Formats: sequence, structure tokens, C-alpha cells
Amino acid sequence: MLIGVAGLALAGCAGGGDDDAPDGQAGGEGGGGGDQVTLTVATFNEFGYEELFEQYMTENPNITIEHTKADTADNARDALRNSLGANAGAADIEAVEVDWLVEFMQYPDKFADLSSPEVEGRWLDWKVDAATTDDGKLIGYGTDIGPEAICYRADLVEAAGFPSDREGFAEWIGDSWESYFAAGREFVAASDSAWYDSAGALWQGMTNQIEVPYETPEGEIIAATNPEVRAAYDAVLKASVEDGLSAHLGQWSTDWAQSFQGDEFATMLCPGWMLGIIEGNAAGIEGWDIANVFPGGGGNWGGSYLTVPAQGDHVEEAIALAQWLTAPEQQIQAFLAKGTFPSQPAAYEDPALVDSTNAFFNDAPTGQIFIDRANAVEFQPYKGPNYFVINTAIQDAITRVDVDGSADAESSWAQFVSDVEAIG
Amino acid sequence: MSTVTDAPTRTRGRRPDDDRPPRRIGLSQRLGTWDVKLSPYLYISPFFVLFAITGLFPLLYTAYVSMHDWDQIMGQGEFVGLEHFRFVLGHSDFWVSLRNTISIFLLSSVPQVLVAITLAALLDSNLRARTFWRMGVLLPYVVAPVAVSLIFSNLFADRFGLVNAALGLIGVEPIRWHSDPLASHVAIATMVNFRWTGYNALIFLAAMQAIPRDLYESAWIDGAGRVRQFFSITVPMLRPTIIFVAITSTIGGLQIFDEPRLFDQYGRGGAGSQWKTLTIYLYELGWTQSNFGRASAVAWLLFLVIVAFGLVNLAVTRRIADTR
Repeated sequence: MLIGVAGLALAGCAGGGDDDAPDGQAGGEGGGGGDQVTLTVATFNEFGYEELFEQYMTENPNITIEHTKADTADNARDALRNSLGANAGAADIEAVEVDWLVEFMQYPDKFADLSSPEVEGRWLDWKVDAATTDDGKLIGYGTDIGPEAICYRADLVEAAGFPSDREGFAEWIGDSWESYFAAGREFVAASDSAWYDSAGALWQGMTNQIEVPYETPEGEIIAATNPEVRAAYDAVLKASVEDGLSAHLGQWSTDWAQSFQGDEFATMLCPGWMLGIIEGNAAGIEGWDIANVFPGGGGNWGGSYLTVPAQGDHVEEAIALAQWLTAPEQQIQAFLAKGTFPSQPAAYEDPALVDSTNAFFNDAPTGQIFIDRANAVEFQPYKGPNYFVINTAIQDAITRVDVDGSADAESSWAQFVSDVEAIG
Repeated sequence: MSTVTDAPTRTRGRRPDDDRPPRRIGLSQRLGTWDVKLSPYLYISPFFVLFAITGLFPLLYTAYVSMHDWDQIMGQGEFVGLEHFRFVLGHSDFWVSLRNTISIFLLSSVPQVLVAITLAALLDSNLRARTFWRMGVLLPYVVAPVAVSLIFSNLFADRFGLVNAALGLIGVEPIRWHSDPLASHVAIATMVNFRWTGYNALIFLAAMQAIPRDLYESAWIDGAGRVRQFFSITVPMLRPTIIFVAITSTIGGLQIFDEPRLFDQYGRGGAGSQWKTLTIYLYELGWTQSNFGRASAVAWLLFLVIVAFGLVNLAVTRRIADTR
């Protein structure tokens, strides 16, 4: 263990030599004290922080960072719930996904208040608002956001006889769900492939454009009676099943991951963090591209925060590290490493982000595309404490119809209504 | 028993001493009696002390939790009596999970015991490199259940899985492993069987080797073939072991969790609860919905189900013991 830590530190030195000084300023303060401090950081999936940790440890020799990475966001959520319930065992910094941030907002006393003049105005307004309690306590520092574009297989679109260049494609599919589905109907008539991967994936795009989807800010559960939810539900299932636009794959399933190796579907909703996933699953497949357009205007899917549980022994040092990690400079590094798109507007002017392109996606100017997509996001839907549970229930309802084929839209909705009633 | 008969024996060999009060003899004698009577309990007490801490206390505490509103993070709320039991028993998810649990249990335990006995009989015969084969059947048991689940969820993928590809070669329609309840139960039971059959085979093998060989020799002289020997000697002599294996696999089977949880990407037992078992339902209530009260109610109901199955096992055991 000791040897491992020493090795990391050395590697950090070697890599840190040519890094610029300004980063050091942000991190140098607050680390304070001469005592050796070990900070634990718990994340999930890919945050792109590995190299940043080494840089931080080099600049702050008294800090040792231990990184725990959960395989899925759901498992990270369960682990954090457990630690908070037991009042022990949480990491010094815990990453929290936006979909379950709100349930943790119910327990503000369990988290350190992160508000500070230094970070004022660092994030997009809606990103900060979502993590601020009514009495002004800031629970989490924003890391990334998931502005959505459309990723597509240019080769399949071209073979079907439709415009396949970025601009032509964007114009063809238009910027509403109706036009996106209409283009899909034209496409499936001319091709053996489906239009998109999964109705469940589309649901994430559509529900994130409903301002108050499942719960009112007053705490009333309206999911089963909200006409907007029902309309989106009917629209996505009609397109998926009746019009046959869906490849009927359960998102994240083994089948789904494998399907990237074939010609199963032509388009995907594409938040920034999805690029790395597509590239991984579709290794060796050529033809992927990304269009600067999204049905229904802008949409945000996912994105995370760093929280500091109050139970930790080194709250002060943890806040300093979290502040440093979520500074625009660092978040750009994370974007370049893993595609997690910054939630800090200052980053959108940085040439490192603006000029970045992605070779796998036909050298698309992904930096500029996602900046545009982020600016198109007008609001973040209100997510109440039961958001995660309700969204899971409706995702199940959609899966029953789209993937399993074990129920029709009507009976599956009835099951969803009874699932929602059982919450309590 | 009485002091009148015992006292002389205790003082035998010593010089007679009438002054000595009989009470002292009585004390040492009583200590001796205590020693004989209590020591065995003392020796096995560590198990029961541990059991009380790690088994009995959680069991009772779970019952206490199940009668309160109990948030995972905020802890204890109001006393609600049997409300959580009423809710759980009135909710279709409980009955569906009970059905799934029993179905997966039957699909795994029954074939498992049958195959394990056959395998043990084969291993008991004269094989070259006997130890190699015997260790070989234990190999799947060494593999972590999580790894097993990952491999099998690839094999049983609906569209691009190996099993469906193989079935396609012989012209069978692809099976919807993740949509059809029975198919998903078969797939999960296959994982369980893969892991536990070899283990049970070794238990049976150990029991088979304890069967006196002269029984087989006499049978051989009487003209009984291998199959006849197996059914008339081996199986009857294995009865206690069969019961043991049946009980342990009942308890394990009803608590099945790893395999169904890792059967798909979400671990919730399927969008239509196709393979949601009682433990997964419990986990969902407690950890997804943060409702420890209801989760504890399910834990208690699961306990009662296992006790019920245990009693059935016991009844069967008694009957077999009587017929012998």
C-alpha cells in the first residue's frame, strides 16, 4: 500500500511538471495544516478525475486521495444511503447524480454547507438552483451536465437515401419530436434498421423537457394524472411500437451494448457523457456522427454534483478539494479525458473546450456542439424526493411494452398507476 | 442419589472424621453435579451467545422495525402496528415475488439433488485420476457468484446471447429469457445449479463412501446390476444426507438474491417483475424506496415462509424415519 501511494506521488510529479501554475493557486488554499490527511472520494461511472487527483496530491503533499468508483450510479446511491442511515462510512466527498440529488436534499443536516463567496456564479443558474435548499444552503458543487444532441450513423442514413452530413441531417429531422418521429417513419420505410435504440432512452429526453413532471414543489404526486406525462408516454410508445421506430432494446442491457456492433438502429439521444459509451460499445464501427440539434429544443440528461457528508473527519479539506475539482479549468480536463461536459459557463469560452473535436464522430466539433446544446437548455424539470422511484416505475412501464412486449400501453400504464399509489 | 448412600463413597479412602460437617461434602458434591450438568451448556454457549447477538436480536429488532414507520436515513417514526404487513400482503408484488421465489427454488433444487446424486455415483465408481474429477466438480463453486451471473447474463441475452444462437442453429425460435417469467426462472436456476450441483455431489459422495462395501458385494453375488444396486442400496442408505441437502438448499433457495439481481442491468427483477424474488422485493422496499418498515415486514414474512418449508421438511423426515 505504501509503495503504491509513493508510486502514485512520483507519477504525479513526473506528469505535473509541465502543468501550469494557476491550478496550484486554486488548490493550495484550504488544504491548510501540516498534518497528513487522507481524503476519500466516491464516484461512479466515469468522472475523468484520475489525473486530476494526482495533480492535486502533487500540489498538496499533505493530502492523500483515495478514490472509490462504483460501477453504476444506482449502486453509488444505495451505498450513500446506507452510510447516511448508519451515520458512518461515507466518503469525504460523495458524488451524487442529479436524479437522486433531491431525495438527499431532504436531509440537509447530513451534508456540509458548501456555499462560499469564492464559488458564486461559477455554475449555470439552474445547476446551482437544483442543489440549493430553500434557506440558501448549498449541498453540492456541480461537476458536469448532460446537454443533449443527436448522434447518428451517417452511413445508414446515407444508404437509405437521406441527407447524412451534419447540417443536412439536422435540418431533415427538425427540432420537434413530431418531426423527429416523422423522419424516423421515412427512414424505417427505406431501411432495415430501426430509427432509435430504445423507448426508455427517448423517455429520458422527453421527460426532462416537462417542467413539473411527477411531483409538485408542494409535495403532491401528480405523475399518474399529469396530462403532459401521459401525452409523452403515448407518443413515445406509439412511435416505438406502432410505427416500429424502436430497436426494442433495454438501455444498458447486454443486448443493447452488443447491438452497437451491428446495424440495429440509426440514431440516439446523445448527452455529452454518452460519447464515450458509444465509442466503447461501437469500437471498430465507422459512420457515427453527431448533429447539433435536439427535438423539442434543448434538453439536459444527467450530470452530477460533489457533496461533502457532514459525518466526515476532514470536512474542511474535503470542501477545498471539491472546490478545486469543480473549477472550470479542472472540469475541462475531465471533459477531455472522459467527455463529461462542464456545468461552468466560464469553461465555454476556453479554447480547450471550444475547439475540441472528436475523431470517432467524424471529427465533429463536439466542444462547440455541446456548448450550443447547453445554451439551448432553458430549465431543469422540478424533481421531487420521489423522482427516482417514480421515474423507475414509468421506465419499467415503457420497458414492458417496448422491450418485453408483455403488456400493451394501456395495461402497462395501469400497472404504473398502481405502482405510484404504492409509494408511501 | 441421596446423601446417605453417596456420602460414604465420597469419603472412602480418607480417614473417618465424624466431626466434619456433612454440609461441606454436600457442597463439593453439588459443585460436581453442577459441573456435570452445566458444563456442556457452558461449552456450547459461545454459539448461542453469538446467535443471540447476530441472529435472535436482529430477528426481534426487525419485528420491532416492521411495526413502525422507519425511514432508512431518518430512522424510527410512528408506531403503526401491523399496517406494513397489511400493505405488503395486499400488494400484488409480494405474491408475484413469492411465486417467483418458489418457482426458482423448485427449478433449481429438484434437478440439483437428482443430478448431484447421479454425479456422486459416477465419481464413486472406479475412475482414473479420481481426485482430479472430484475436485473438478467443485470448481464452479469456487467461482464468485457475481462472475457466474455476468457470464450467464451474456449467455442468456435475448437477442445476441450464445444460448439463443445455439438454439437458432437447430431451428428453435429464440427464447425471451428476460421477458417470459418461466424462461427467466430457468435461466436463473441454471446459474444456481451450475454453482451448487458439484458441491452437493461431493456431500453425497462422502456419504456414499460410508456405505459398507459388503452390501454391494452381497448384492453382486445375488445378481443385482449396477442400476439395481444404486436404487436398492445407495439411495436408501443416503436418506439422511438427502434430507440434509434438501433442507440446506431450501433455506438457500428461498433467500436467493445474487443471481436474480445480476440477471439484468437494473437488478430489480425485470420490468414486469418476471424474476423479482422476495429478497429483491425486500431490497427494493428498503433501499430504493427507503421504507425500512415495509422491508422488515417482508423480511419477517420471508422468515415465516422458510419456517413453513422447514416444518414440511421435518414432517417428511419423520415419515421417512418411521418407514425405516
